[in-house]
Amino acid sequence: MNSSVIIFPGSNCDRDMDVALKKFGFKNKMVWHEDTKLPKSDLVVLPGGFSYGDYLRCGSMASKSKIIKSVIDFAKSGGLLMGICNGFQILTETELLPGVLLRNKFSEFICKNVFVKINNNENKYFKKITKQTLKLHIAHNEGNYFCTKNQMKEIEDNNQIALFYCNKKGEVKDEYNPNGSSKNIAGIFNKEKNILGMMPHPERMIDEYLSGEDGSLFFENLLNNLK
Amino acid sequence: MKISVVVTLKKAVLDPQGTTIMKALKGMNFNNVHEVRQGKFFEIEIEEKDKKKAEDQVSQMCDKLLANLVIEDYKIIGSQ
Repeated sequence: MNSSVIIFPGSNCDRDMDVALKKFGFKNKMVWHEDTKLPKSDLVVLPGGFSYGDYLRCGSMASKSKIIKSVIDFAKSGGLLMGICNGFQILTETELLPGVLLRNKFSEFICKNVFVKINNNENKYFKKITKQTLKLHIAHNEGNYFCTKNQMKEIEDNNQIALFYCNKKGEVKDEYNPNGSSKNIAGIFNKEKNILGMMPHPERMIDEYLSGEDGSLFFENLLNNLK
Repeated sequence: MKISVVVTLKKAVLDPQGTTIMKALKGMNFNNVHEVRQGKFFEIEIEEKDKKKAEDQVSQMCDKLLANLVIEDYKIIGSQ
């Protein structure tokens, strides 16, 4: 399976993602933001970081970059497009995903492990995954998911919520919401479920000695679903 | 022509930066401050002599890039 990771100036999780994808068998290529064509890909990833220094709004400059037109075309033709952290912010700024990621409710940069509950398995990302609650890492200042009432209705009607912040047992409650996100949302899909945006970093959880292995579970499962 | 625009968060949107600034002001004994909302200010120099055309263009810039209309409003506050 072929994957591509887009590098914007200020991306800083691009290489971690490259390592993770290759570890589980993807043939990954790095794509510079000034390129206009994507290599042949089964999966495209917008990585975490601070693209264009988070100028104007997080993800807004990247959403107008040269490469983004090919990325949008790829996703609109059904290609799998995943945005992690800043990548999620870019996806909302391109309007491929509804809503926006606001500054964290308590005005602090959050860097810690969290539990997230998988809400929807009927998609290439989480189908057949063996656990319902994953331990992943978050590191962000703007992860507070917000959308209009109409958008939320549409998101819920179409089962677009991918992940909720929860506790170890998978209980979704206010007290396990790290950043003030509406309804504890940690990740969402587009209607067709080929585009996934999420704040947690699965690429940081691929080594049992360094961090944890729930990211390994995610990537292995994703690769199997693509075969 | 120079067009000035302010972009502000919509009323319903939480503004933790504004709240933090308000608390700092209170800490500095500005006790009568009730609310602070932080926004952005742009001055855009544009080669266009017709005021209406220039403002229309800046409106488009706001719709497409300068503001995120899910959470922000914008207002052109000056053209000279």
